[in-house]
Amino acid sequence: MTQAETFVNVDNVAKRWNGQLGVEEVSLSIPRGSFVALLGPSGCGKSTTLRLLSGLELPDEGRISIGGRDVTTTAPSERNLSMVFQSYALFPHLSVAENVIFGLRVRKTPRAERQEKLKRALEITGLLGYEQRKPGELSGGQRQRVALARAIVANQPLCLMDEPLSNLDAKLRASVRKDIKKLQLDLGMTVIYVTHDQTEAMSMADLVVLMKDGHIQQSGAPEDLYYRPNNTFVAEFVGSPPMALIEGSALPGFEGVARIGLRAENVQVTKSGDGRMTCKVSECEFLGSETFIGLTHPGTTGLTVSMPGLRHIPAGEELEITFSDEDLHFFDAAGQRMERLTGAPVN
Amino acid sequence: MAEHVNIERRRQAIYGWLLLSPAAILLTTFAFYPSIATLWTSLFSRGTRRNPTEFVGGENYTDLFADPTFWLVVKNNLIYAAATIPISIFIALGMALWANSKIPARGFVRTAYFTPTVLPMIAAANLWLFFYTPGLGVLDQIGSLFGLPSINWLGQPETALWAVIIVTIWKEAGFFMIFYLAALQTIPEDLKEAADIEGASRFTYTRRIVLPLLMPTTLFIMVNALINSVKLIDHLFILTKGGPNDASKLILYYIWEMAFAFFDAPHAAAMTILVLIVLGIVAGIKFTYLDKRTHYQ
Repeated sequence: MTQAETFVNVDNVAKRWNGQLGVEEVSLSIPRGSFVALLGPSGCGKSTTLRLLSGLELPDEGRISIGGRDVTTTAPSERNLSMVFQSYALFPHLSVAENVIFGLRVRKTPRAERQEKLKRALEITGLLGYEQRKPGELSGGQRQRVALARAIVANQPLCLMDEPLSNLDAKLRASVRKDIKKLQLDLGMTVIYVTHDQTEAMSMADLVVLMKDGHIQQSGAPEDLYYRPNNTFVAEFVGSPPMALIEGSALPGFEGVARIGLRAENVQVTKSGDGRMTCKVSECEFLGSETFIGLTHPGTTGLTVSMPGLRHIPAGEELEITFSDEDLHFFDAAGQRMERLTGAPVN
Repeated sequence: MAEHVNIERRRQAIYGWLLLSPAAILLTTFAFYPSIATLWTSLFSRGTRRNPTEFVGGENYTDLFADPTFWLVVKNNLIYAAATIPISIFIALGMALWANSKIPARGFVRTAYFTPTVLPMIAAANLWLFFYTPGLGVLDQIGSLFGLPSINWLGQPETALWAVIIVTIWKEAGFFMIFYLAALQTIPEDLKEAADIEGASRFTYTRRIVLPLLMPTTLFIMVNALINSVKLIDHLFILTKGGPNDASKLILYYIWEMAFAFFDAPHAAAMTILVLIVLGIVAGIKFTYLDKRTHYQ
């Protein structure tokens, strides 16, 4: 996508609770019309970041602007945004229609316009015919769509989503994921989406922001995070299976490097004598088109090789593996990415 | 096979009856039988040594309808109910909304509101007697600071009933607040946040979201307040004894007087039946009409 102007700008924002936790030094620049995923393990500060953007929490430090307007201390309703909550936050005593138009009623939108917008929002989310149902009479997926309809009916340029799919089953999640992505493109909304599921983040987002302990670890396109992880945390978080880390001392010729990253798809099994490492098989994970074979070797974590089709290798058996130097990622002692090896021998 | 099923079914039936029996026995002994006995008594004349008890049909009821004191007591009780029910509910709701918000010393505020409920009604009445006493009472002491004349709140027909009403409201509001407080805490925080994002004011949020979600509690409290408006008469014994000139006399107090001061059980029974009928009708309306319009989670 073309690099549009910055729509949401977060500048060095911090939020602490009793002096701890929260988020620190969060800076983001989000282009108009993009789909941004805030990704990270629980407690990493992604939801806090979203709540700071929504105005439900106010930052202790830093500035936030939306659409060029400084909104650091502006009330949530003045920020021209909508939000989908993890629990959906539907009003249980109101019908689907009343839930969707709640905001329009509050904003005193004329009745005719309200009805028209309602119809359109229900059409988009496939909820026509459910107008009079109460949230309690809907399935989880339908409730989720009501929450979506409520978010899009006001036609705000920015939509915040807080783990909107985490209460759905796996199959539904995949289909709603596509729906949300399509909706975002059709309506031209800017979406900021919190998730702990990297599949969601990688498949939907234009920009993934990976967080840990209140700090942004890396923000970039999904392929950047995958192919050029900033540090060992990103390397070990992104990808399934995650990147294996090998201590430099365990790999002949790379003694000068603290840790080396290697993805499963770049590892090949080779016949004995030709391999660069000899590992023991720890388990096999069959996934249909391929089988992940977990390997153990002193000085490595998460070493895995992917083999096509069904493989069954008994645990404890020895395998020799090889890989090419281009596929290696290098990290220094602090876990930061090193661009290219300086002075180290290249085999 | 069939025999086995039969035994199993019988075992289930016995089990069911066993579970049912404590409630059935207690209710029969202390509710159903007394009600029917009361109805029965109300149809007979009062027995004296010379005139033995005899069946008189509705005569006790027609006597009551001809008794001006009865109508005065009914009027008093209607005023009592019409004042205590809405005002105590309203105050309870206001206190609960306040005690549920983020205020300093929240625990203390809640405890303070709840204290009147913990006090026995008799103790509360003695406390208020101290407030109301002419000359010595707290109200008069404060009034005299501003040069107001001494008022005998409990001693004059115009104010006695209202003085009693205020004690009841004071006693009930804290009790009802606890129910509202509990209900408020079941409303998820994110509903407020969703409403905030939509730009709803605090007032709109309360009116459109909180109050409807509190409706089941309100209904429950209304039934309780109604029952209490008939039942809560303990403070009359301390404060006014129904006087002056029957100005603060309530139905239950009158029934008690009739039965145990004048020893006129049949008329007391007839009045009890009338109260039961009225309460039954009101409860019926509440549970059919209002229940349909209430959202239960």
